Formats: sequence, C-alpha cells, structure tokens
Amino acid sequence: MKQQGNLQSIVSSTESVTEVRRRRWATGTLGTLVRHNPTAVGGGIVGLLIVFLALTAPLIAPYDPLKADFRRMAKSPDTHNYFGTDQIGRDTMSRVIYGARSSLVVSFGAVLLGTTVGSLWGLASGYLGGKFDITSQRIMEILQAFPDLILAMAISMAIGTGMRAVIVAIAVTRIPFGGRVIRSVALTVKELAYVEAGRSVGASQFRIMGLHIFPQCLAPYLVLATTHLGVAIIIEAALGFLGVGIPPPTPTWGNMLADSLTSLVPHWWLVFFPGLAITVTVLAFNLLGDGIRDTLDPRLRGSIGSRG
Amino acid sequence: MQKYLLRRILYGLLTLFGVSVIIFMVMRILPGDPLVAMFGMEGFMKLSAADRARIMEDLGLSDPLLVQYVGWMRAIASGSLGKSFFRGESVGEIIMHRGPLSAQIGMMSVVISWMVGLPVGIISAFRPNSVSDHVARSVSILFLAIPGFWLAMLIVLALLFWFNYKAPLLVVHVWQDPWMNFQLVIGPAIVLGLGQGAYIARMSRSCLLEVIREDYVRTARAKGVIEWLVVIRHALPNALLPVITLSGILMGFVLGGSVAIEQAFGVPGLGRTLVTAVIERDIIVVQNLVFLYGVIFILINVMVDLSYAWLDPRIRYQ
Repeated sequence: MKQQGNLQSIVSSTESVTEVRRRRWATGTLGTLVRHNPTAVGGGIVGLLIVFLALTAPLIAPYDPLKADFRRMAKSPDTHNYFGTDQIGRDTMSRVIYGARSSLVVSFGAVLLGTTVGSLWGLASGYLGGKFDITSQRIMEILQAFPDLILAMAISMAIGTGMRAVIVAIAVTRIPFGGRVIRSVALTVKELAYVEAGRSVGASQFRIMGLHIFPQCLAPYLVLATTHLGVAIIIEAALGFLGVGIPPPTPTWGNMLADSLTSLVPHWWLVFFPGLAITVTVLAFNLLGDGIRDTLDPRLRGSIGSRG
Repeated sequence: MQKYLLRRILYGLLTLFGVSVIIFMVMRILPGDPLVAMFGMEGFMKLSAADRARIMEDLGLSDPLLVQYVGWMRAIASGSLGKSFFRGESVGEIIMHRGPLSAQIGMMSVVISWMVGLPVGIISAFRPNSVSDHVARSVSILFLAIPGFWLAMLIVLALLFWFNYKAPLLVVHVWQDPWMNFQLVIGPAIVLGLGQGAYIARMSRSCLLEVIREDYVRTARAKGVIEWLVVIRHALPNALLPVITLSGILMGFVLGGSVAIEQAFGVPGLGRTLVTAVIERDIIVVQNLVFLYGVIFILINVMVDLSYAWLDPRIRYQ
C-alpha cells in the first residue's frame, strides 16, 4: 500500500493516475504472474481451453454423446472412436467433451454460490461482532464438522438429484471456508483509521460494510473462489461416481466412471479417459489458483485452501 | 490449562449437538415425502392412504419432530441406533460388523501418509529448488489433483489384468483371517494414504523451510552439527505442530474419501454401506452413519487440539 502511494506521487507529474494504474496492472500483476509463475499461466491456459471445449461441445464432439450404436458396442480406441465406445456404443470422446459442461457448470456454480454466501456472511459477522458473530462462528464450525463429500451426499439425497441440487449440495460445503477467511479480513480492516473516519462522520453500518470493507475483501474472495474450484470438481465427480450426482443419460465424468463398472470386467478406456479429464481439469485450476493466491495474497500461502 | 481443556471439550459437545440437529433437519424437513423418497413417485402413487399412514407409523415418522428427535437420541444412547428400512439389522449391528474394516483403512492410511509425506517434505526442504525438490513438489501437486476413487479404479483394473483380482464380497476381520483382511484393506489404505501424503509433504516442506531460517538452527549449524542432524533433530520437532493439525483436518478427507474409494475397490466397509443407504434412501441408516462420521471427525479434532498442549510446552504453561 505504502509503495503504491510513493510510486504514484513520483510519476503523477507526467502521467495520469489511471494510466499508471493501468500500466501497473499490465506490468505488475499480469507481468509478475507470467515471469514468476509460468505453471500458473499454463494452468490458466489449459483451464481456458477446457472452458472453450465445454462451450463449443456440439461443434467439436465427433458424435452425439447420447446416440447408441449397437454395431459398435464396447469397442477399444481406434480411428473411428479415438477414445473407444461404451457398452451401448456411445462415443467416449464425445461424452468426455460433453462431460466438461456438467463438471464446469456445477463447480463454477457451486463455488460462486458457496463462496459468495460464505463471504458476505463472514463480512457481516466480522464487522458486526457480538452475538451475531458468535452464533455465526458456531454454525460455521458445525458445517465444517462434516466431511465435505458426506455432507454433499446427505444434502443431495434430501433435495433430490439433478444439476441444481448438486450445485446447492456442494455450495453448502464451501460456505464455512469463505466465512472464516473473509471474517478475519473484516476484523483487521474494521480497525483501520479510514473505517473509523467513516464511522465518525456518521456513515451507516451498511454503507461502511459495502463501500469501505467490501473492496478489501475482493482479493481474498477471488483467491478463495479459484482455489476451491478443483475441490468442487472432485466432489462433483465423486457424487456422480456414487450415483447421487446428475443422473444419466446426461454424461458427466463421474457417472461415466460409475457406468464403466456395470460390465463384469471394466474396459480400460472407459475408466481411463473420464478420470484423466478430471485430473487434468483439477490440476489446471489448482495451478491457476495457487498462482493467483501467490500474486494477490501471499499471506494465504501457508493456509490450506482445499481439502478433498 | 485445565480451563482450556474444559472449554475445548465443551465446544466439541456443542458442535456435536449442532451436527445432530442439522442432520435431523436435512433428513426430515427438507422438501419431499420420505415415502416418495423410499418408493419413488410411481410406487408412492400405488400405495393407498391407509398403507401410507401405516408405513409412516411403523417407521416412527408420523410423530411430532421433537418426539422423533428425542427418540433418536434415546436410540443412540441405547446403542441400537434404530433399524434399517430394508434390512433386519439395527444400525448398531451394521456399524459393529463393518466399522472395524473402515477404521483399519483410515488408521493405516494416516500411517502411510506420514511415512510417505514426511520424508518427501524433508527431502524437499533439505535442498530447496534442487532437482529432487522439484520432482517431489510436482508429484505432490499431481496427487492433489488425482481423484482417489479413480486411482483406486486404475489399481483394480491393473490387478484384474495381471492377477485376476476379484472384488471382495465378504467382511473378513483381522481376528478371523489376518492375511485375507490385509488384502482387503491395503488397497484403499494406500490410495487414501497417498492422497493425504501429498498434503503432508507440502505442509512439512513449507514449515521446515520457515523453521530453518530461525536463529537456533543457525546456532546448531555454527557449532558444527551435520546438516541432516540439524534438520532432523533441531528443525523438525518445531515444524511438526502445523503438520499434526493438518493431519487432523485431513481426517475429513479420509472419512469422505474412503466412501468413494471403498466403492471403487468394492470393499464392504461403512462407506459402501452409506452409499447403498443413500441410493436406497434408507433414512435411518444415513442419518446415523452421517452422524457417526461427524462424531469421529469432531473427536479427532478435539484430540489434535489437546495434543498440542502436550507437545508444545509454550501452550502448556500459559
């Protein structure tokens, strides 16, 4: 913060502040990322590629992912079907590409919902303090007392299968993480002089939270959201694998893996490719998340952003 | 110190109570009739109103919620935990029969995670940014991304291919046939252990690197202690505390992960029972098993916190 101030006062004579800001963003944040963290950039590129695949799935997938072909059942990978076909002759490659859609929609949706709810809650509980804070803390502790996958399983069982249920189930498991981190940010920020200044001129609590504390929470929020994407993808896949995720015939990586178990001796390509897709996607988002964390908020480096 | 102990245990109990209430609410108040959940929409439509009332009465689901909750707590206190909808066994019997297997898997996996993770972390921290450090870090980053159940499926596939592996169907306890039992639990334990090991390696590396910068480590070096002794004897004990906490937090990973991994290996442990119960919508079984997982997780974390006081005199003398 201090450095930024000095830098601005030095160069502001020749350049406007916005120009400096723009340049600092380009050479500063992005530049540092590329130079010091090539793996994070690699993760970002792979992640974008997967998002692109998911968006253009109908154009890219060689076959219809739902169309069974009874002349080509359980064929190993060849020139017709690069990833082979499943027990009823559906093309595995097309299904893996379409699977990216459910996986990304669920993980982005769940992380966005869970982290946002958790962060807003944490912001309010950190700033307001008192009884509200104590109660909130206890509730977060209770939510965190469940293993993630088991809580998600119980919730999705209760509210039914389907994409929306899975998103909500995973989102609930993300709430305490957002709550804890943002609460601690709010606790530090509310002691700063400018917040006190706001209070002393009679700004409402709502205004202080929204205009003075909220902006400080954005960086940790972004870090939280990206570091939890990978976990969300794994939970989604696990739910699908256990038969409580998005139900078939919609292809998801998880239910494809579950499907592979229906034959007596599983075919290797039906196990290998969906799992590889999960691993590559999670790896890409984890690397990206680590890079964003190191750049935006090195203080979070020691803390574990994720657990399976 | 005693005050701290007491408060920690009290909070644990409070959390436990909250956990039971949340499970109960998730299983009862959320939308959907339990009969629809059990029989499916079509099956539900076929039942007559009298049948519905009778089944609800049998299940004890027509009582007021508070009565049901107290009834559940009483069932827990008596140890029977209520009956499964679809099986004759009580949930208590299911847990006694299948629990030991899952407990074995969990404990073995923690041992494996330390045996693998700690040496890797030490090697990494010993020469930061060397080739071995880069290899160790890349491997642990990879293992953080591989879903355990997929790794389990690949192992089963390889075993099928080379050794004609058959998925075990029966529960074999260690006191019945130690060798069969070992074959049953070693696979899931290794997969779970490697997953945790990756976290442990990462954490022990960063903690060691932080401790190595301290003055007393420099003193040890200055008086001529060999480098590996400096790391093992002087730096390691202080670096271990956060790793122990992490290991406790990772129990969530073990408990949750074991569910999917038992399913992948076909091991008939508690995790598989939970999955079957969730799919069959056997509410009483799910409710009790999820509560059990919560209880274990809370207990372990309380124990980790208490072990701090025992391991770190700075906390003990506060």
